[in-house]
Amino acid sequence: MKKLQILGTGCPKCKKLTEATEQAARELGIEFEIEKVTDIDKILEFGVMMTPALAVDGVVKVVGKVPTPQEIKGLIQ
Amino acid sequence: MADKPCCEPVAMNDCCNGATVLIYPCSGSSDVGEISDHAGRLLTKEGFGKMHCLAGIGGRVPGITLSAQAADKILAIDGCPQDCASKTLFVAGIDGFASVRVTDHGMPKGKTPVTDSNVRTIVQRGAEALRASELRASA
Repeated sequence: MKKLQILGTGCPKCKKLTEATEQAARELGIEFEIEKVTDIDKILEFGVMMTPALAVDGVVKVVGKVPTPQEIKGLIQ
Repeated sequence: MADKPCCEPVAMNDCCNGATVLIYPCSGSSDVGEISDHAGRLLTKEGFGKMHCLAGIGGRVPGITLSAQAADKILAIDGCPQDCASKTLFVAGIDGFASVRVTDHGMPKGKTPVTDSNVRTIVQRGAEALRASELRASA
């Protein structure tokens, strides 16, 4: 089970990143869960200084941008 | 529920039109390293940017390294000509940043008291360097 965390306070790009991540995970056919981390203090615990960001199994993979679902597939695997 | 403002930097500041500005002092063990550290913290308190962990860059902590790569502006504050802060950023593939070296401002290593006045000098030089710097291409 992959844990996919979207770090962001709820802005439009955060939502786009959530959608793109869900699409990527579905297309990969993997088991996954998505968690939206909206608390600034928790976001800072990742060392992340700008949003949106994506963490896979606790490891930050993207900061400050929204990759395509194709790019996210490469980050998840 | 309405969307929140888009992609507001966690490290919000007023210095550079809302750009995300990250500050990396060397925070070395010498007097000039300590001055760099105090200057980084004071620049943060005064809203010029946000001091971030240089050690996290050295350790390639993903969230910290990716944040630096995505920053609009970066200021490295080196205590002495070893330039450890600047070199740490370069080695991590981060470039296009402004820098200030404490010993370039009449503060010799090992002979400089850590005073408010000396810290203030570096804060002023750092703020000037940030204002003069361009937005980073990789941001």
